[in-house]
Amino acid sequence: MIELDKVSYGFGGTALFSQLSLSLTAGSFHFLTGPSGAGKTTLLRLCYADLLAPDGKVLIFGQDAATLDRDAVALARRRIGVVHQDCAFLDHLTIAENIALPLTVSDRASEAAQNLQELLNWVGLGRHAEQLPPQLSGGERQRAALARAVIMSPDVIIADEPTGNVDWEMSQRLMRLLAELNKMGKTILIATHDLNMIRAMKIDVSARVLRLRDGRLMQAGAEL
Amino acid sequence: MKAVFELILGDPHADRAVPPTGITARLTVFVAAVMAFLAVLTLAISLTTGRVAKVWAQELAQSATLRLPVDPQTADALLLEALDVLETTPGVTSARALSVQEQQALLEPWFGPDLPLETLPIPQLIEIITDSDTYDADGLRARLSAQVPGAVLDDHTAWRAPLLEAASRVRIVSWTVILLIGATVVAMITLAAQASLAANAQVIRVLRLVGARDVYIAHAFVRRYTVRAGFGAVVGVAIGAAVTALMPHGGTGDSILMGVGFDEAEWFLLPLIPLLSAVVAFFATRAAAFRRLREQT
Repeated sequence: MIELDKVSYGFGGTALFSQLSLSLTAGSFHFLTGPSGAGKTTLLRLCYADLLAPDGKVLIFGQDAATLDRDAVALARRRIGVVHQDCAFLDHLTIAENIALPLTVSDRASEAAQNLQELLNWVGLGRHAEQLPPQLSGGERQRAALARAVIMSPDVIIADEPTGNVDWEMSQRLMRLLAELNKMGKTILIATHDLNMIRAMKIDVSARVLRLRDGRLMQAGAEL
Repeated sequence: MKAVFELILGDPHADRAVPPTGITARLTVFVAAVMAFLAVLTLAISLTTGRVAKVWAQELAQSATLRLPVDPQTADALLLEALDVLETTPGVTSARALSVQEQQALLEPWFGPDLPLETLPIPQLIEIITDSDTYDADGLRARLSAQVPGAVLDDHTAWRAPLLEAASRVRIVSWTVILLIGATVVAMITLAAQASLAANAQVIRVLRLVGARDVYIAHAFVRRYTVRAGFGAVVGVAIGAAVTALMPHGGTGDSILMGVGFDEAEWFLLPLIPLLSAVVAFFATRAAAFRRLREQT
């Protein structure tokens, strides 16, 4: 689905990571962990072409991200559902409109009506459809972001600290939703620093845990 | 046609995605209205000048004046001789000696109404109407010099040319002003669109992240500014047309000051102004939007 081959990236002349390789195969479940500032969010952004790697190659659905034109990037993003750390909502739109946004921008707004209520109920936001994002709690916003990420039935779901603003119970609930999606064949990549949550999740899914530290990506050790 | 309707009606979902920008929207409509109003007045001046210049050209090209020498002893004989020459000249449709009253009326603006014309050495004038196809001014001058010594034929060339040149310059200036108005609309729409795009940078980023193509995002902005510029121009044209219609109109039709306005067919040019305003806004916003979008991932 998505493959990073010897990718390097840095900011302001300082290398964040170099010669990093990662392969997200269809139906796989990956956790990406590591300390704050290690480059987890940057790595995720490379996976949906929000950043371009100056060195190495990023293949998105078999296409080199560096050669994709802007329309091709947009089309690729429709196959990748992303849960952003800050949720990235449009605050002037209702929660229902925000969740339906990927369908709206794909000229498939008519499909939203039939899927939306079901999806809102799935993430437990059935009664919040007409509320604006600032009126929701952190956990509700995270669930709404997850609903928006899956409304297009994408092949890949990338989540950046999806449980960062929620309590333990809510994070378990969100993770169970992601596990359900994985069982439906979706490829999942989750960046988190919450090791307890990863341990709990490993009971439900066969997940590979990667650790990004000091610019290198490695299989997580016995601590998990 | 379907695309035009789509542009005007818009996609309600896409429109919702980009929040409205209150003051920018109202200013765009206001400036488009003012520019359209100025365009109407300038167009009226340009077309009127063209019309008057055409009248002058036609009237003066088909007329000439013969001035006879001042000599009380031979005046009547010279007049008869001159009329005889003119009647037998090919291309001269009619020749008529101006009456004392007519000559007095010509001089009245300079000397007042009480001028005792009969006591002054005023040359007799003959108005000549010509047929432009067969009339030969040089040939007539040659005949007059032989048969009516001292007569001077004035075919108005000397003062007609500067008048036509002046009218032509006024028209050039008017069209230049109209082009400048168009350029101002482009600049204004571009600035307003850029301000709106900058204010909505986060919205654009989110739309891109969820898979919106550039054309989809640009369309939301393009539609708004096209409709605003078109609507503002309709208002401006309506006011401009009303002002033009209320301007004083003289009866003779050969005075610019008394005839600024549109002929019947020329009124149909006015709907083109909102159309052009909308087209200009469409392309200006589109260029600004795509330029801005290319700067974002």
